[in-house]
Amino acid sequence: MSDTMASAQDKRQRADQSARPRNADGRLWTIGARIASPIALIVIWQVASTVGLLSPRILAAPSDIVATAVRLIESGELITGIAVSFLRVVAGFSIAVFVGITLALISGLSRLGEAVIDPPIQMLKAMPFLGLLPLFILWFGIGEAPKIGLVAFGAIFPIYLTLHGGIRGIDRKLIEAGQTLDLGTPGIIRHIIIPGALPSLLVGIRYGLSVAWLSLVVGEQINASSGLGYIITYARDFLQTDVIVVCLLVYAMMGLLTDGLVRMIEAYALRWRPQVIA
Amino acid sequence: MSNLVDIRQLHRSFGGPAILDGIDLTIAPGEFVALLGRSGSGKSTLLRVLSGLDAAPAEKLEIPSRRSVVFQEPRLLPWKSVMDNVALGVKTPDSRSRASQALADVALSHRQDAWPLTLSGGEAQRAALARALVREPALLLLDEPFAALDALTRLRMHDLVFELWRKHKPAVLLVTHDVWEAVALADRILVLDQGRIAREIRIDAPHPRRRSDPQLTLVETELLQELGVEPSHA
Repeated sequence: MSDTMASAQDKRQRADQSARPRNADGRLWTIGARIASPIALIVIWQVASTVGLLSPRILAAPSDIVATAVRLIESGELITGIAVSFLRVVAGFSIAVFVGITLALISGLSRLGEAVIDPPIQMLKAMPFLGLLPLFILWFGIGEAPKIGLVAFGAIFPIYLTLHGGIRGIDRKLIEAGQTLDLGTPGIIRHIIIPGALPSLLVGIRYGLSVAWLSLVVGEQINASSGLGYIITYARDFLQTDVIVVCLLVYAMMGLLTDGLVRMIEAYALRWRPQVIA
Repeated sequence: MSNLVDIRQLHRSFGGPAILDGIDLTIAPGEFVALLGRSGSGKSTLLRVLSGLDAAPAEKLEIPSRRSVVFQEPRLLPWKSVMDNVALGVKTPDSRSRASQALADVALSHRQDAWPLTLSGGEAQRAALARALVREPALLLLDEPFAALDALTRLRMHDLVFELWRKHKPAVLLVTHDVWEAVALADRILVLDQGRIAREIRIDAPHPRRRSDPQLTLVETELLQELGVEPSHA
């Protein structure tokens, strides 16, 4: 039996070897095909701008955008703006993580907690939270507070909902096993419930982060005196479409960056899952 | 010698008819008892009461607090390594060295750093066994622990459980529906039927027990009849 297994393995290896070059070629071709159309679009955009079909008042040329990006970075303007915006997201998102996890733990671990906390959260969740901005300005003025508040408020819901669902979805059989090991309630929460709900929580954190950046973009458009939003508002007044596009690209990159960070945490924290190991 | 487990008139029902209808059960220290029964006979309910997962009224209910359970599924925590899973069973400072000893006992030392989801069915169940034994239980409760394993692995697990029992000498209650498993391992076999203990058979045959032994075959046939299986199917 081991003979047939060994030969089967050999065959598979040989098949792998012969397939590898073709696979690599195939992958290159796929990547090439996927890049081709965005590049073509940028080329068309550049040509349209150069021949004057596309006015810079509508949209600046790609070459101008790159030049503007370099200029903004060299002057330090962009870096300061990124830092201010990033800190707003960090502050707001930290509040959301803390509040969301606390609420989800209370309502996930106790029936009373669920009865008290869950209904109002479900009601608030139904509200289009970006529409709360006028109220936030009335409550918190026009400083940092309404911006951070909006980021925090929007990001709480995905964190709360996924963690709450994760806690409720934990396998009863594992909790029973914990009981037979005399872990006690604190031990069961620490060793079984929290790690068991972690995969769901991390999904919520990733989703919450994208909501946080979205809230920031909206919050910063209004009466900002610093940050990326301020740069955009200023550029709009002077019809600088190149600056606006640079800032939008920065928003996108920041979103991708923070998402990648959470994915790295995910890959480490969930390394026990077969699909992550593989 | 006083009994380790002493239960009189245990009743349990879930609203409908009684699942356990006046059970009397005693287990001596170090005794290996097998509990047979058809599905729905109440054997799992009885084991849940003994493991403390379920409360039920009884005239007398003496169960040692030092007890461990191995379930039909390994129920290892997938986010802890095999070693950490086993160490979870003990709270002493030397829990890791005791866990590594327990893993050596079940021949799983080479897998101590593995994630549970990468173990084979037999390996996972051996890890569960180590997690139960590391607690040095006075009473080891086995709830159909080999039912989900393939036939070959199951036979190897029988030998392993027997060796471990001989080494650590806990009292064992093995719930099973595999008649040969009960005959091969137990000192005493109880048959549960409709919430009552319908039959009790003591087996004194020496170990290792061969399936070809005519006396054991006789016991096996008798038990199968008690469970409502015609001998021709045995």
